[in-house]
Amino acid sequence: MGSIRTSVLALAALVFALLVPQILSYYGEDYLIGSASRIAIYALAAMSLNLILGYGGMISFGHAAYFGVGAYVVGIASFHLFDGSTIFGFGGTDAALLSWTLAVIVSALVALVLGALSLRTSGVYFIMITLAFAQMLYFLFVSLEQYGGDDGVIMYNGRNTLPGLDLSDDTTFYYVCLAFLVAFTVLVALLIRSRFGKVLQACRQNEDRMRALGCKVEHYKLATFVLAGAAAGLAGALNGNHAEYVSPDYLHWTKSGDLMIMVILGGIGTLFGPIVGAAAFLLLEEFLPVLFDTANLTEYKEHWRIVFGPLLILVVLFARGGLLGTLATIGGRNER
Amino acid sequence: MSDSPVLQIVDLRKSFGALSASDNVNLEINAGEIHAVIGPNGAGKTTLVAQICGQLRPDAGTIHFNGQDITAVPQEKRPALGLVRSFQITSIFPDFTALENVMMAVQLHSGHSFHFFADAGKEPTLTGPALDFLRVVGLEDAAGNAAYALSHGQQRRLELAMALALQPKMLVLDEPMAGMGTEETNHVIALLSQLKESVTMMLVEHDMDAVFALADRISVLVYGQIIATGSPDEIRNNAKVREAYLGDESLADA
Repeated sequence: MGSIRTSVLALAALVFALLVPQILSYYGEDYLIGSASRIAIYALAAMSLNLILGYGGMISFGHAAYFGVGAYVVGIASFHLFDGSTIFGFGGTDAALLSWTLAVIVSALVALVLGALSLRTSGVYFIMITLAFAQMLYFLFVSLEQYGGDDGVIMYNGRNTLPGLDLSDDTTFYYVCLAFLVAFTVLVALLIRSRFGKVLQACRQNEDRMRALGCKVEHYKLATFVLAGAAAGLAGALNGNHAEYVSPDYLHWTKSGDLMIMVILGGIGTLFGPIVGAAAFLLLEEFLPVLFDTANLTEYKEHWRIVFGPLLILVVLFARGGLLGTLATIGGRNER
Repeated sequence: MSDSPVLQIVDLRKSFGALSASDNVNLEINAGEIHAVIGPNGAGKTTLVAQICGQLRPDAGTIHFNGQDITAVPQEKRPALGLVRSFQITSIFPDFTALENVMMAVQLHSGHSFHFFADAGKEPTLTGPALDFLRVVGLEDAAGNAAYALSHGQQRRLELAMALALQPKMLVLDEPMAGMGTEETNHVIALLSQLKESVTMMLVEHDMDAVFALADRISVLVYGQIIATGSPDEIRNNAKVREAYLGDESLADA
């Protein structure tokens, strides 16, 4: 499996990630640190989706719901602090520890309810019902006039506060996002080798066999669904902080699609694939329009997806292991 | 051998539209016996297995296992009672190695799967027993091979190892020799007669040599009905059975 090689590469990538702020400031491109934070945040969300999609074989098309719920918890808490009003008898807060913990708990609970209902179905029905639930939540937040409806909530107090750290500093915030990403990566790495992870992967391969072996398949799937929802909620909370703004767009089905694309682009069912996918997706999103500029096609630059779409199709058609799989093949690593 | 039946099926009915797949099936399987169920294609053998194992719910009738009414017990709870099946069409985890396949069965039998951090691949309580069961079916040399890459016969034996890893009181074997060559069939026949000491078996099989070599009793299922139950000799000489198999020489030769 070349596990030593993988560890060395992962370590090199981590060192690079730790040096990103220094590298950017060396080139005088400090403003790009925000993009780096976004990559870390979306990598966390994509990795949580990969847990159910890649390892569990559950094709959820509504993962943005948990991302958005987590973000809204942070946004609403911040709104009430600024407004001085209360929600369910509680005042608002901008304490990260409280706000982010709440975001994780609430998105986990939402995942518990939606998962328990959705997992009664399978196949195409599962795809459709997860999509439908996510869109229901999207329209719920659109209809909340108090929180800006369509326009969303601006966090006038700025980012949340964390004792000892200044999150309004972009470099500090980047390191916080990176720390969560690394922690979740370690968690997933342990999880997929554990008894629980083996059950999950076995369920993906042959659910009927698992039942015949005496496995209550639904329990394991639901537990994974909740874990993934919680992590996506955390990513959403971080993204709300990053942008200092939360809107229903966070829950829109295109966001679920983006997360899915990141997973598939990077390498579905692999540990690091979602990170590679999130980085590739967001960098292309950022630099393809720039490329249009340099090619004197400025008037077309909002149509950067015209290039992105075919690129994605090429990856799916010709690089079946995603970008990570392709890199591994080019690097001469043996199959499996 | 005790006389109390391990498995007792009373007046079992299951229809698919106008087709009666189980038509008042009554069947008793005694402790320690290998009870073969034979019958022509489409007789309802696999439907019967599916009901015994809880994959299908019968329309009417009861199934008792060790005296307990299990008619309504869900499929995934039956292995814990000691009732375990193998599949007619090979059903394994293709991306796992042979060892990992059996380890999964060992793990589920242990009942502890909500472990999130320890590396399951390094747990001797899983690898040890799993290797033992691979040895029982003669697959220990293929332990590290990916299951999808095993030969058909090896996959059939892997399937058996997984069933054994659940330490069943009774095994329901749905055509364990399907698609096997003579040599492998003989290997499995020897294996099953060894296992007979410890496990009661219901054997659904088309290979008449295997059936007559192994079975203590045979029931014949035709059009959803059991038309005869008896010792191999009684079945061989039963007029109704001969009629059902109409010109099938394998019965007379066996």
